[in-house]
Amino acid sequence: MTVHQETRESTVATTGTDERLLQAVASDNRPHPPNAWSSTTAFATRALLRIKHVPEQMFDVTVFPIIFLLMFTYLFGGAIAGSTSDYLQFLLPGILVMTVAQITMYTGMDLNNDIRKGIFDRFRTLPIWLPSALIGSLLVDVIRYSLASVIMIGLGLLLGFRPEGGVVGVLLAIVLVLIFSFSLSWIWTTLGLIVRSEKTLMMISFMVLMPLTFISNVFVDPVTLPTWLQGFVNSNPISILATAVRGFMQGTGTWQHVASVLLVSAIMTGIFAPLTMYLYRNKK
Amino acid sequence: MNEDTTSLQTGDYAIEARGLVKVFGNERAVDGVDLTIRKGTVYGFLGPNGAGKTTTIRILATLLPADAGNAWIFGNDLKTDSAAIRKRISLTGQYASIDEDLTGMENLMLIARLMGYSRRQAKTRAQELLLAFGLGHAAKRQVKNYSGGMRRRIDIAASIVVTPDLLFLDEPTTGLDPRSRNQVWDIIRTLVRAGTTVLLTTQYLEEADQLADKIGVIQHGKIIAEGTSSELKASVGRGTLNVQLAHADDQQRAWSILENLLGAPIHLGADSTSLTAQADDSALVAKVLSEFARQHIELSDLSLGRPSLDEVFLKLTGQVSEQQQDSGRDIL
Repeated sequence: MTVHQETRESTVATTGTDERLLQAVASDNRPHPPNAWSSTTAFATRALLRIKHVPEQMFDVTVFPIIFLLMFTYLFGGAIAGSTSDYLQFLLPGILVMTVAQITMYTGMDLNNDIRKGIFDRFRTLPIWLPSALIGSLLVDVIRYSLASVIMIGLGLLLGFRPEGGVVGVLLAIVLVLIFSFSLSWIWTTLGLIVRSEKTLMMISFMVLMPLTFISNVFVDPVTLPTWLQGFVNSNPISILATAVRGFMQGTGTWQHVASVLLVSAIMTGIFAPLTMYLYRNKK
Repeated sequence: MNEDTTSLQTGDYAIEARGLVKVFGNERAVDGVDLTIRKGTVYGFLGPNGAGKTTTIRILATLLPADAGNAWIFGNDLKTDSAAIRKRISLTGQYASIDEDLTGMENLMLIARLMGYSRRQAKTRAQELLLAFGLGHAAKRQVKNYSGGMRRRIDIAASIVVTPDLLFLDEPTTGLDPRSRNQVWDIIRTLVRAGTTVLLTTQYLEEADQLADKIGVIQHGKIIAEGTSSELKASVGRGTLNVQLAHADDQQRAWSILENLLGAPIHLGADSTSLTAQADDSALVAKVLSEFARQHIELSDLSLGRPSLDEVFLKLTGQVSEQQQDSGRDIL
């Protein structure tokens, strides 16, 4: 009985909006599908709005770098370099690389979330240039990485970090970090499309990033390592980037540094960006 | 124009599918589905969970390639022309296909921008839709704080930012209360009035009965029956007689009367005083009643009805549907 009453009420309630509804759906305005640039900015706007509504997601680029920098400077400084301020000169460029590399994995997690929630299906049925969905959010991630870099360098300067490369050197170093991180993100988007859950993705990225960032020249000079390990450390992409960033911050950066970072970035993007797009299009 | 023409060029059909197959591992999720859906009509896919409804929709919405067979959406080949198809279709998935962290307004503006509206047009269109869908008051609220019914409406609104020629709705009212369900039904009817073709899936027979011009009953990836609601009902038999005995002691005698006169299998209700039998002939029903009177069998209730879709479903699939228990259609 109650069910019947409710039904009648709802009919009454909606008749008022019926005409408006008909008008809204009868509109035959059919704009041209957007070009790549407008769809990319639309997706970037979405990512910015998400930051506005879920500000706690900025923890990874604000609190995380501060903790990392303080922790490693004061934990290892005395033991490794004899003094924390000496160690900071060596550590800061490396820890910047490590931190930003670690937060790239959130890109994959966001994508993985989208897929499980169904919004992914909606995007895929839209008449748009599909890569814009990913590029839009990656561009906003680059802003996030820049913020993390600025925070770390700012804190470093307060703690006594004195980059001899000057402003230009530091800016060049940051640009290299951003290019590298943008390229590294494609690995996580690929994984984000393959794995079933956020947890799995987190585990895999942890297993990859942990050894990659620690077995590198971020914390120690590789000459102290056994030779077999030196080979790995020197060819590790994180070391390549850390060397270049350290070089430019200390004023000893070379074009060779730039070239090797660009090469590593190009390889990662070249393999994983197309792979991501293939999986994005053909996801079951 | 010739009604029976099934040629692909007539332009009468929103969807024509031939022999669609999709295999996941060992399971044939879609197993040879043929489908023709006339423009401007509502087609309802009816079937239990896991019957292949969603997979079929995902194939037709260009989200999943078919392993065999093909389909034409408004004459566009699904295999070769998915870009042209995407301009004319829209999909509302089973799970909210919007960003729950964004507000209703932001969600609709995002979709409008992605459909090619300018920033200002997108805002106007989003506002128009929010008002039309009764969500004006919630425009600035994050969707995760919406009720189930509101969420469903914003989801459908997002699907019609540009009114599609063909709308796929995957279980549009699952989990909604009756009031919200009716609102969604009103929206679907309005869309059809405006000329949109709708393909919806549902587990609810009542929904198919209410909305669909044509119903396809799907099970194990195959369409096992198809037709209008009345055609499906007629295929099961003309009607059923349901008697409710005043005294449980009369059950044996009532049973034998029904059995002798109607010659059809008899179902005993849960409370052992309710008997149901198929009755194709109303003259026979009159005989049954006079026989009851002669033998002083008292009835507390009596109904004669056409078979419900529930019975159709039960007969076709051998499964009890979700709403079996709720269906009552007394005539006394």
